[in-house]
Amino acid sequence: MSKLSSAAELKRFRQDVLSRRDPNKPCLSICLGTGCQACGGEKVYQAFAGEIRKQGLEAKVDIRRTGCHGFCERGPLVVIFPREICYLKVTPADVPEVVAKTLVEGKIVDRLLYTGEDGKKIVHEGDIPFYKHQSRIILGANRLVDPTRIEDYIALGGYSALARALFVMTPEEVLDEVKKSGLRGRGGAGFPTGVKWETTRNAPGEPKYVIVNADEGDPGAYMNRSVLEGNPHSVIEGLIIGAYAIGARQGFIYVRQEYPLAVANLTVALEQAREMGLLGANILGSEFGFDVAIHRGAGAFVSGESSALITALEGRVGEPQINYIRPAISGLWGKPTNMNNVETWANVPAIINKSAAWFSGIGTRGSKGTKIFSLVGKVNNTGLVEVPMGATLRQVIFDIGGGVPGGKKFKAVQTGGPSGGCLPAASLDLPVDFEELERAGSMMGSGGMIVMDEDTCMVDTARYFINFLSEESCGKCVPCREGLKQMLLIYNNICAGKGREGDIELLREIAEVMAEASLCALGTTAANPPLSTIKYFRNEYEAHIREKRCPAGVCKDLIRYYIVPEKCQACLLCAKSCPAGAISGDKGLVHVIDQSKCTKCGACLEACPSRFGAVTKISGKPAPAPVPAGTRVQKRK
Amino acid sequence: MKTIKLEIDGQQVETAGGTTILEAARKAGSDIPTVCYDKRLPPYGACRLCMVEIDKGGEKRLVASCAYEAEDGLVVRTETPRIVKIRKMILELLLAVSATGPLEALAKRYGLKESRFQGDQPKCLLCGLCVRYCAEIKKNNVTCFIGRGIGKEVVFQSDLSHSLCPVCRECIPLCPSGTLYSLYLKGYSGSPEPGSNKGL
Repeated sequence: MSKLSSAAELKRFRQDVLSRRDPNKPCLSICLGTGCQACGGEKVYQAFAGEIRKQGLEAKVDIRRTGCHGFCERGPLVVIFPREICYLKVTPADVPEVVAKTLVEGKIVDRLLYTGEDGKKIVHEGDIPFYKHQSRIILGANRLVDPTRIEDYIALGGYSALARALFVMTPEEVLDEVKKSGLRGRGGAGFPTGVKWETTRNAPGEPKYVIVNADEGDPGAYMNRSVLEGNPHSVIEGLIIGAYAIGARQGFIYVRQEYPLAVANLTVALEQAREMGLLGANILGSEFGFDVAIHRGAGAFVSGESSALITALEGRVGEPQINYIRPAISGLWGKPTNMNNVETWANVPAIINKSAAWFSGIGTRGSKGTKIFSLVGKVNNTGLVEVPMGATLRQVIFDIGGGVPGGKKFKAVQTGGPSGGCLPAASLDLPVDFEELERAGSMMGSGGMIVMDEDTCMVDTARYFINFLSEESCGKCVPCREGLKQMLLIYNNICAGKGREGDIELLREIAEVMAEASLCALGTTAANPPLSTIKYFRNEYEAHIREKRCPAGVCKDLIRYYIVPEKCQACLLCAKSCPAGAISGDKGLVHVIDQSKCTKCGACLEACPSRFGAVTKISGKPAPAPVPAGTRVQKRK
Repeated sequence: MKTIKLEIDGQQVETAGGTTILEAARKAGSDIPTVCYDKRLPPYGACRLCMVEIDKGGEKRLVASCAYEAEDGLVVRTETPRIVKIRKMILELLLAVSATGPLEALAKRYGLKESRFQGDQPKCLLCGLCVRYCAEIKKNNVTCFIGRGIGKEVVFQSDLSHSLCPVCRECIPLCPSGTLYSLYLKGYSGSPEPGSNKGL
C-alpha cells in the first residue's frame, strides 16, 4: 500500500479497487463477529475456503470475513452477494451443498433460509422481518467489509468524508454541519455533539485531545464492540474528522481489554490508515496531521464514566473525579478534551457525506438519526438492531425482535444498561428517544435492551442490577457505595422472604438521595432499577413482603416444587434428573419430593413431560403433605 | 486575585477568586458539615455531606461545596429541606458503619436518634483522609485503597509501614471513624501487617 497524497489519489485508488471487482461475481460474506464465532463461524469459514479450493472455484468466488451482521440469534450467518441470499445457522456440514447448489448451479438451499410466519421461505436478507424494519446507517456496512482490509472500506466510499472535510470544508464548517445535524452523544447522556466539539475547539490550551469511549460494560450489550470489530475505519474516520474540526493532533481509543477482536481489528485498521497516509503528518497531502493510540482498559465498568476514563488514561485508578470543569475545558492532563462514544464517532462520516439536513430528517424532534440497540433476553430474534430514533418499543421488540418466545407473555423491557429502568407492557408504544425514555423512568443509555417475560421476577431483576452496580461502583462516594450496600441487603431479605413492611419506602428513600447526591452518573442512575420496578411492579414487591410469595416463581426461598399425585405417571424421569436425590418413588409408585433435601434447581420441572404436567411450583404457601404411603400406588390412566 | 461577590444563605459575601463555596461559606458563618474534607488536601468529594443548592441565573442545581468554586452572582443555600433530607440519609448510612466521634455530633445536629441500617461497627468510612494525607502531604504512600464498590478497603500496603508508620502516626487523628485510633489503643505499634486491614 502506498501513501495517498491527495483527495484525487484517494478517488483513483477507490476506482482502481472497484475496477478490479466484478459486481456479478459471487461473494460469500461470512459473519465472524464474536457472536457467530461463538457458535462455530470460524469452522464454517474454513469449510467454505476448503470446499471452494477443492472444487477449483477460487477464481470464480470471493470469500469475505466480516464483522457482526446483527442477527446473532440465527448465526453463523452467511450472505451470498450479489443476490443477497441469506443463509442462517449454517454448519460446516451444509457447506458442500451450498457450494454445489448455490455457487455452481445458482439454486437456493431452502432449509437454510428464514421461514416467515406464514411458512414461506425468505431468500433475501433485506426481506427478513428482522432486517426489513431496520435502518442500518452504521451497522449495514458490516456485511460489506472485511475489517482487516482498508480497501473494502474505501470501496464503499470510505474516507471520502474525510477528504471532503479536509479539502472542501473549513474546520468551522465541519463543526457547523455536525451541530446542525442534531447528533447527540450515543454513550447515554445525549449531549449535543457539535456543542461539545465547539466548546473544546474554543477552549484555551494546547494540545487538544479527542477520545473514543469504547469502555462498553453493560451486561448483555455489545453494539460498540460490533462496530469496532466489524467496521473500525468508520470510527477512525469520524475521529479524524472530529480532530480536524476541533484542532486536535492526538486521539485515543479507550477500549476494553475484554474485547480482543476489537483491539486486534482496530490495531490493523490504524496501521493501514497510517500506511495510506490517512493518519500521521499531512493527511492526504493536507496541512493537517493527526494520530491515534489505543489504550486498553483494565476491566472496570465505572471507567466508562468520562472523568474516570480520563483518570485511567492518565495511568491512575479509573475513579470518577469531583470536578466542575468539563473535560472540554480541562480534560486529559488538564487539556481541552473531547470524548465521544464509538457510535457517535461512527455517525460523523455519514453526516459529512450526506449532509446535516439528511441526518436531521431521521428521528424525532429532539433525537436525530438512528440508534443501535442490543436486543437480548426473552425475545425471539436476539441481536443488534438499528432503528431511527422514535421507533416504538413495540416495533423493536415485536416487529423486529419477533416477540417473546414460547408463547409467553411480555412483562417488561429494561433499557439503558444496568442503571436503566424496567418499563411495563403499557409503555410498549413509547417512541424510543432520549427524552421519552427518561420521562418514563428509564434512559437511553448506550443502547442495552433486555426483554423479560412473565417468568421474570421484577424484584429479583432489580436485585440483580443492584448487585452488579454494588460490585462495579468505584466505592468512592457515600450515597452510591453505602446506598447500594444497604439496598442490596434489603433486596436479599425481600427475595429470601424476610422483607418487612416499610422496605419499599426505605428503598425509595435511599434511591432518591442516591439520584441527587452521588458523585457521578453511575450512582445517580443506579436509582433507576429500584424506582422503576417499584413504580410499575409494586404488587410484586408487596407479594414478596406480605405474602412471602414470588408471583413469577423465581425467588428460591419462596418457592416449593410439588408433584401432584393425581397427575404423576410414576415414570421416574424427575427422580433421575434430581441432583439432590430428593425425589422418592418407583415404577407404579407416585413420586414425592422431600422438601428438606430439595435445592429448588427446577430440574424435575424440566424433566416432567409437559403432557403429564405433574411437577408444579408453589409459592406463598407450604407444599401439601405428601400422600400417605398406602395411597401412593399410581393409577395409570 | 479577582474578588468574587456571591450570596450565601441570604448574606452578601465577598471572597477571593479560586475560593470554594465551602471555604467562603464557613468564613461567612454557615456551618456546612464535612467528613472527607481537609483544607490541606485537594477536594475529594466523597462524603457528599457538603452538598449545597446553588442558583446560577435561574439555573438551580446541587453541588459539592468543597469542590465548586465561588462565582460572581451565585446564590447559595446551605441548609434547605432538600439538603437536610440528603444529609440525614447520608448520616444514617454512615452511622451504620461507624457511630463514633464527629458522626454522633452530626447525627445529634440533624435529629437522628438511630440508623435504620445495619452494619458491623466500627468500620472504616473510606473517607480517604489517611490515604490522601499519606500520599499527598507525607509522600509516603503507605496506606492505599484496594478493591471497589462495596468491597473497597483501606490497607497498609507496603513494607514501608514498618519503618515509616512508627515515626509518623499523623493519620491517626485524621480518622473520623476512630478505626485508626482504636487500632492504636489495641497496641498498634504503628506497623500493621503489610497488606492487612485487620482492625480497620
